[in-house]
Amino acid sequence: SKIKHREPISTAHLPPPGVLYLAVMAEERRQKQCSVVLPSESMKAMAESMGVGQLQEDSCVALSEEVSYRIKEIAQDALKFMHHGKRRKLTTSDIDYALKLKNVEPLYGFQSQDFIPFRFASGGGRELHFYEEKEVDLSDIISTPLPRVPLDVSLKAHWLSIDGVQPSIPENPPPATKEQQKAESTEPLKAVKPGQEEDGSIQGKGQSGTSAEVKGKEKLRMKPRSTHELSVEQQLYYKEITEACVGSCEAKRAEALQSIATDPGLYQMLPRFSTFISEGVRVNVVQNNLALLIYLMRMMKALMDNPTLYLEKYLHELLPAVVTCIVSKQLCLRPDVDNHWALRDFAARLMAQSCKTFSTTTNNIQSRITKTFTKSWLDDKTQWTTRYGCIVIKTLIIPRLTVEGVRIKAVMEGPVVSNIDKIGAITSPPPSLQKHCASVIAKIRPAPDVVDQYRTDYGYLGPMLCSHVVKARTQAALQAQTVNRTTLTITQVPTTLTITQVPSGGSRTPSIIKVPSSFTLMSTRPATPTQPSPPATKYIVMATSAGAASTQQVTRQTLTSFLNRNTAPAGTYTVTTKPHRPPGLAKHATVTASRLPFSSSAPSSVPSPVLLSSPVFQLHPPEPSSNPVFQSVLQPCPPVPSSSPRPQSPSFSPRPSVPVLQSPSFSPRPPVPVLQPRLQSPYSSLFSPRPSVPVLQFPSSSCISDVIDL
Amino acid sequence: MAAVQDGGSELEGEKEPKPELMNDGSTAPAAAPSSRPEDQQTLLAVLQFLKRNKLIESVDALRREAGLADEPEEAPGSEAAGGAGGAAAGSGELGDAGALLSRVSGGSQSAAAPAPAKGGDDQPDVSVVLSAYSQQGDPSLYQVYYSGLKKFIESVLDCHRAELSQLFYPLFVHMYLELVYNNHESEAKSFFEKFNGDQECYYQDDLRVLSGLTKKEHMKGNETLLDFRTSRFVLRISRDSYQLLKRHLQERQNNQIWNIIQEHLYIDIFDGMPRSKSQIDSMSGSLAGEAKREDNKTKVYYGLLKEPEIEVPLDDEDEEAENEEGKPKKKKPKKDSMGSKSKKQDPNAPQQNRIPLPELKDSDKLDKIMYMKEATKRIRLGPESLPSICFYTFLNAYQGLTAVDFTDDSSLLAGGFADSTVRVWSVTPKKLRKVKSAADLGMIDKESDDVLERIMDEKTASECKILYGHSGPVYGVSFSPDRNYLLSSSEDGTIRLWSLQTFTCLVAYKGHNYPVWDTQFSPYGYYFVSGGHDRVARLWATDHYQPLRMFAGHLADITCTRFHPNSNYVATGSADRTIRLWDVLNGHCVRVLTGHKGPIHTLAFSPNGKYLASGSTDGRVLLWDIGHGLMIGELKGHTDTIYALRFSRDGEILASGSMDNTVRLWDAIRAFDDVETDDFTAATGHVHLPDNSQELLLGTYLSKSTPVIHLHFTRRNLLLSAGAYNSQ
Repeated sequence: SKIKHREPISTAHLPPPGVLYLAVMAEERRQKQCSVVLPSESMKAMAESMGVGQLQEDSCVALSEEVSYRIKEIAQDALKFMHHGKRRKLTTSDIDYALKLKNVEPLYGFQSQDFIPFRFASGGGRELHFYEEKEVDLSDIISTPLPRVPLDVSLKAHWLSIDGVQPSIPENPPPATKEQQKAESTEPLKAVKPGQEEDGSIQGKGQSGTSAEVKGKEKLRMKPRSTHELSVEQQLYYKEITEACVGSCEAKRAEALQSIATDPGLYQMLPRFSTFISEGVRVNVVQNNLALLIYLMRMMKALMDNPTLYLEKYLHELLPAVVTCIVSKQLCLRPDVDNHWALRDFAARLMAQSCKTFSTTTNNIQSRITKTFTKSWLDDKTQWTTRYGCIVIKTLIIPRLTVEGVRIKAVMEGPVVSNIDKIGAITSPPPSLQKHCASVIAKIRPAPDVVDQYRTDYGYLGPMLCSHVVKARTQAALQAQTVNRTTLTITQVPTTLTITQVPSGGSRTPSIIKVPSSFTLMSTRPATPTQPSPPATKYIVMATSAGAASTQQVTRQTLTSFLNRNTAPAGTYTVTTKPHRPPGLAKHATVTASRLPFSSSAPSSVPSPVLLSSPVFQLHPPEPSSNPVFQSVLQPCPPVPSSSPRPQSPSFSPRPSVPVLQSPSFSPRPPVPVLQPRLQSPYSSLFSPRPSVPVLQFPSSSCISDVIDL
Repeated sequence: MAAVQDGGSELEGEKEPKPELMNDGSTAPAAAPSSRPEDQQTLLAVLQFLKRNKLIESVDALRREAGLADEPEEAPGSEAAGGAGGAAAGSGELGDAGALLSRVSGGSQSAAAPAPAKGGDDQPDVSVVLSAYSQQGDPSLYQVYYSGLKKFIESVLDCHRAELSQLFYPLFVHMYLELVYNNHESEAKSFFEKFNGDQECYYQDDLRVLSGLTKKEHMKGNETLLDFRTSRFVLRISRDSYQLLKRHLQERQNNQIWNIIQEHLYIDIFDGMPRSKSQIDSMSGSLAGEAKREDNKTKVYYGLLKEPEIEVPLDDEDEEAENEEGKPKKKKPKKDSMGSKSKKQDPNAPQQNRIPLPELKDSDKLDKIMYMKEATKRIRLGPESLPSICFYTFLNAYQGLTAVDFTDDSSLLAGGFADSTVRVWSVTPKKLRKVKSAADLGMIDKESDDVLERIMDEKTASECKILYGHSGPVYGVSFSPDRNYLLSSSEDGTIRLWSLQTFTCLVAYKGHNYPVWDTQFSPYGYYFVSGGHDRVARLWATDHYQPLRMFAGHLADITCTRFHPNSNYVATGSADRTIRLWDVLNGHCVRVLTGHKGPIHTLAFSPNGKYLASGSTDGRVLLWDIGHGLMIGELKGHTDTIYALRFSRDGEILASGSMDNTVRLWDAIRAFDDVETDDFTAATGHVHLPDNSQELLLGTYLSKSTPVIHLHFTRRNLLLSAGAYNSQ
């Protein structure tokens, strides 16, 4: 009866704001729970706050049950108000109205649009949540300037749909999400999905009669998507953007590119842009207008960067343009002065990016492009510029391929292998190419002191080495040592090859083996006598570095995580480095090279970590910009137990560098059977990409970011 | 109303919920007579109430209606007499009597609701209602009973299992409530926890309410519970399944369950094949089970009224106008096809004067002519030609947009806001102007031709006018067909009539004491309907300050109200997850449509009056054939509450707008055609719903974070939608 007596009080006054809202929240959260009851301590606390000192435990329990029930009731009513208010969020006013419904005085002065922060306090063995009410100094309020008057309600009309098609205007959400576009282009037959706006458009244009629905669907397949007319605004926008992109004002261009890269509503204009780019390239290549080509490529890059666009449907227009920019014989009027290598590099990166993004098993873009480049590369008569382009792209693609291979190993095994095969095919160059190589490499013979490190490095991280090559090149280019260098470089190839072979399956090895040799060639080639300009060499670094950076991805993925588990590569690295100690000696190069296999066995037994870590850090000074990246890659490498070498020695022995020298198409089968036993590691297949690491050159910092975010 | 209508059922053991009658499990033939005194008692109670409130005329009227010649005896305890209102539970629909009272006898379910309002001391009321639970059984055995039945049902043949599974939920609730009522709190809790998971997912909301209820005291004020108690849960079970159940229960001497079934459930037995699970699921979900077949037997005149003959001057003006506007020339629908519909008397149409309708004024005729003209320019919609959608976004609506309405000619837009204001916009270039003040009006030459122009005050021209007057969120707004008035209903319990000439409030209709969730003008003006938290829908006429009809029967809030195109019927959707169709003429409920699994938030009649579409919080649109009272379609696609539904002017397209920020278009014609309604399905109501939502969906249009809360087709079939931009 005592409790009974208190009840009216409790329902009328007891639920103070804090508890009420807490309970509401709890209600929402734990809907499933059968009976959530407020703790009786809360009752005590509340009783105390109202001046009721000694509340018996029984009363507390009874009260808390009652209060909990009432609060739930109120919460349920408040939800009603929320629903009718067409909101998803319960507000304090909803609770006020619900209280009113129950003939309970609403909680005045408890208006808040936002989440109410509760403070927690504990003390004396009790825990409390409370709503902090600060004391407010009225004079402060009076003296503060009035807040800005909120804008009044206004009405804005826009077209959500015109004849069943949703126009892409800022008021509407992006018409097709990237996923949708992707699904559409990759699975055109499924493009007609009920519930998507495309559906409406098709049927809107379809014939009459219900049977026309099928017709409508057929129509879609034939109907190019670009038939949609642009609104006036869109046309204006298109005009502005294209003008800005190829105009002379750099600031404007930056803005325009920014717009292209971020605006979500460009979907409808995509066909226009792609046509613009491809046409622009076509015209400007003929006119050798390098600047415009660069602008166009930047535009394409921006389009690719736009997160709401999926370019696949327009690749047929865009890719040829890019390819043109990569391999065109002449891109500028004065090739010796103008910086056309930059364009090639940029375009190549673009290509690599698109390959990576869009290549699927169905379209095989990657392999198709590889094939294209291979063809031109194999063609002896092609110009050097073209070749450069080809190689650049190779360097970009191959690491990417391997990345892909790692990622979707199981699924993509087939295509990857075939691509590699093709690349391998390229790398069996005709004898004439050999000559070229020789002459090229002659150009870049590094000074001996650098070479020392360079070699130490070479086996482990090619990119590092490259920087030194560049340096060396700038220092002295001595024709005399040409032969020597050539052999040197090539002798290194086999060392990398051993690595390659280690992880990859026996049947595949032949093709893969050839890859690195091609790399060596590439990296050095641009410095051909025919294109001896310093910028050219600079670009070599850039181009290859892009690849290198991406190999870093590989490295990061595979190396850091797996190196400590699979010692084989580490061992081989050391192998490669050691034998090259005597570099500068002209005629001995061949000897060293041939000696390599034999000597390799010895150092491989030496614990590799020593070699691994120390030279790397020595190398940093020359190219400090890249340090962070490399450190991050390298440092995780733990002291590797060098267990690998034993099988290596026999494997190396049959492989003197000679065949490499004569023709890179040599088939170093012998090592395969021997090496295979080392495939125990489950990650062996993951390592197949790594061989390229040492070959690829140092990344210039400018490219790193580009490639890494691919 | 349960007891009155279920007389002819198979369940001859139909009994009133009186404790003394429940002593045996056998079938007692005492049903019919017992309901009479109950009725009497209710009437007496009502009369007493009226007397106490000095409503002498009403007393007389009621007495006449009820045929009570003698003066009822004054009960000594006045409150106790009022308590008989609770006994109204068993009473039938007190059509007009109900209309006279505001709440007390308004509906059986409201018995307890007014009690707190009267100020506490309502024990007798509730005890009358709850007394049915006073029966004692061994509380610990309840779980055994229930699981025994569960085991039995799970063991029966598949075809019967689905049907008998319907028993789970009502039995569960009643057993739980019995336990609670008899103060077996812990048993009740464990019972709930044990079997709570077995219930269909669409009962979760109710179970949540139930779970909070653990004490006898709680039951007093809980409306949901009283609903459950006072209205019998309706199950539709085939005869075979029923016999099976009956035999089982009698063999097992399971009187406890048998009693509950007899007292609290209404089993509607039909002959023929047991229904499948999907059939049952499509129809169940409402608070009180399915609709009884008898409920939907009444003939509904769903045809349209004959349009008055108006000479439409067909001149070439509109041709030119069309060209000027630059609209693409669409093939015009044949004029006759439009006209013929209205010329011939529809066999299903009600009599022209069944409901007295206001006479057409000259201005109305002009408007009709305008309508005809516009109609000739209407775009014929279909799956191949989808409507354009114009979205009106309310920006900066911090105060919360709660309701929107367009005028029929799409010239004005009204928004109701949570800050109690109503705002009217002109969406045409024509600005809103007030009429001049009385003094200024006096100076106008009344004979001049442009007097209607002259009375307007140019100085007040603006695009938006704000109407102040409510003291709570405005949950419903509705324009009168002649665009002279605007109705708004609010949380403050009033419905206000505003003049769109002076932009002032003309009348506040008070009757609902609780929030009024929705209101709508009749398509012919003059009448309007409102419904709210008090579970009673009211029919008003603009010139009466009291309602003309009260439609009581829903077991929870009435969330939306809609007039039938012929103005003879009113549809109401409710939080009890049913839709009811009421006859305006006599106030009877002529259709009860069950199948929704959440509160119904929007309704739309097809332009031909034959079909009804309804949308609820469960994100589904259901289509109903009014003539047969059948569910004929289910449109799945929305992921959140549907707040807006509208048929295109010719009924080809159904547009739905939802909280999920989308407008969806559905092929209405196909949806209605696909359903085969032969005599059998019509008779039994067992429809196989085709699961073809995806095929019927013609388009989905996503807005940017703007829930769609209103849709409207212009006379030319342009779809207008409205919502407030939600910045979060």
